Amino acid sequence: MSEEKAAQSGPGRGYLEEKGWRSWAYTLDHKRIGVMYLFTTLFFFLLGGVFGMLIRLELLTPGPTFFSDQTYNEMFTMHGSMMIFLFIIPGIPSGLGNFLIPLMIGARDVAFPRLNLASYWLFIMGIIVILFSLAHPMDTGWTFYTPYSAKTAASVTVLSFGIFLVGMSSILTGLNFIVTIHQLRATGMSWLRMPLFIWSMYATSIIQVVATPVIGMTFILLAMERLFGIGLFDPDKGGDPLLFQHFFWFYSHPVVYVMILPAMGAISEIIPTFSRKPIFGYKAIAYSSIAIALAGFLVWGHHMFVAGMSVYADVIFSILTFSVAIPTGVKVFNWIATLYKGSISLDSPMLYALTFIFLFIVGGLTGPFLGSLATDVHLTDTYFVVAHFHYTMMGGTVMGLFAGLHYWFPKLTGRMLDERPAKTAWAIIVVGFNITFFTMFITGMQGMPRRFAEYPEKYQAGNVISSIGAAILAFGILVMFYNYVRCMFRGAPAPADPWRGKTLEWTVPSPPPTENFETIPTVTGWPYSYGGKGDGDA
Amino acid sequence: MKDYQIYVSVWAALLVLTLVTWQVSYIDLGLANAAVALVIASFKASLVALFFMHLRQESRLVWGFAVFPLVILSLIIFGTLSDTLFR
Repeated sequence: MSEEKAAQSGPGRGYLEEKGWRSWAYTLDHKRIGVMYLFTTLFFFLLGGVFGMLIRLELLTPGPTFFSDQTYNEMFTMHGSMMIFLFIIPGIPSGLGNFLIPLMIGARDVAFPRLNLASYWLFIMGIIVILFSLAHPMDTGWTFYTPYSAKTAASVTVLSFGIFLVGMSSILTGLNFIVTIHQLRATGMSWLRMPLFIWSMYATSIIQVVATPVIGMTFILLAMERLFGIGLFDPDKGGDPLLFQHFFWFYSHPVVYVMILPAMGAISEIIPTFSRKPIFGYKAIAYSSIAIALAGFLVWGHHMFVAGMSVYADVIFSILTFSVAIPTGVKVFNWIATLYKGSISLDSPMLYALTFIFLFIVGGLTGPFLGSLATDVHLTDTYFVVAHFHYTMMGGTVMGLFAGLHYWFPKLTGRMLDERPAKTAWAIIVVGFNITFFTMFITGMQGMPRRFAEYPEKYQAGNVISSIGAAILAFGILVMFYNYVRCMFRGAPAPADPWRGKTLEWTVPSPPPTENFETIPTVTGWPYSYGGKGDGDA
Repeated sequence: MKDYQIYVSVWAALLVLTLVTWQVSYIDLGLANAAVALVIASFKASLVALFFMHLRQESRLVWGFAVFPLVILSLIIFGTLSDTLFR
């Protein structure tokens, strides 16, 4: 269907043609599976957000007001576990990644469509198990640190088994993507002609496949300790509680790159499209994705500086931590260089993309404070860490996801988003986010500890400001979701290429037909040919 | 050597190595106990990967994916030892 025809006759239904729940539950279409992941993960984003808001509500006052301390512990555990394991890890890779990878490389589907569907249902099974754990809600925080997690009466084993299943799903998805990217690229799409989103998804998949088994095994060891009393982490039985932290962070540090790399990939697509300029430093951005993935495996010890680790290990991990800043900086400088003298249009995806860069710089640069041994002693377990984490993960990954959702919404649904509410929501979110989390840098520096339901009165002002910010942020997010839902049904029909992007997904109608391409395209150049200086293959 | 002969000899080797592991476990080598058991087990795993899983005939790409996780495994071992050995 030509673009004009699509605009006149309303959106074709494309892959959304078939109706009924069976057509979704049994689908092998990567696009439908991607959409199901998006719905599931965004649901848990909202649910996790509700827990976040309840935390902020309790923190309005220094003493216990709305909840008992125990309930507070359970709430921040639910906030952390849901946001990390059910939203931010699978969100972009399994959601947007599933939808976009075959479209971007010119394939009809992923390499193993059945495995793909199995991964989704494994994910759902994991979620169900996790919900069962609510019978005795977890109170350990999302980090499950021993010795407490080995002793608490909360259902640690059930929750960790749920996360084990979610992890299996993550491994299989990563495996699927690696094979897809190796085997199914269209004729002519050499490695250096791949869109940068694909490079970042490749790096992400490697981490998923290699790191996730470690957390799975760690949870098995924890279950063995809890169920059979085998002394792995309990010092009384000859175990080592720090060993748990080593294993946990060996997964959980690389996994922050599972969260951020796909967002960086989305940004690398959006910036050139809305700057009408070839991406600056294609190879540097592509290779830095791989470098981040590899360096991410070398730095887990920086979560344990004050936990009683050897000074020797402290020094090594501190030095290695700074190495991650190099490939990250390479990316940021290249995005900014792409903007330079570009013909920039500030549509909603670009607004979120620029916000990503800005907030991620703040989040990234506060990392070295925590990576330095001396300052980390002061800042460990304060709200400074919470602020740093939310600047990188919410200001980074989630803004990247929002940018991606606004950018690919026409492709996902066949309809355009309404720009005015999108931009209004963006403005509210940016203001709310910074009020909430920038304040936390200050309260953290003053010494406000994380994970405490009660605090000395001197921190109240900062906490009240953060809570007001959180309310503004939540309102902005609701406006954004309202816009999504409304435009899913009532948005203007989208042409095939509303943003004049150059990657392959824009060559097919919106929404794309089942099996994507009538004939597999032949690729003759890189996807950033906007003309001008620096154009051509990388 | 015919294919089945290779598989049978590998199988025999695995059985012998299992016996060795069992017998060695009766000798107290101190700190080396775990090391010896792990070396034998790794050797057995390599035999399985090379012959039964056909890694021997695979392309360099597949070799890469087979070896890379071992590099990552060595990272977790050396990283953790950098803590526990120097506390």
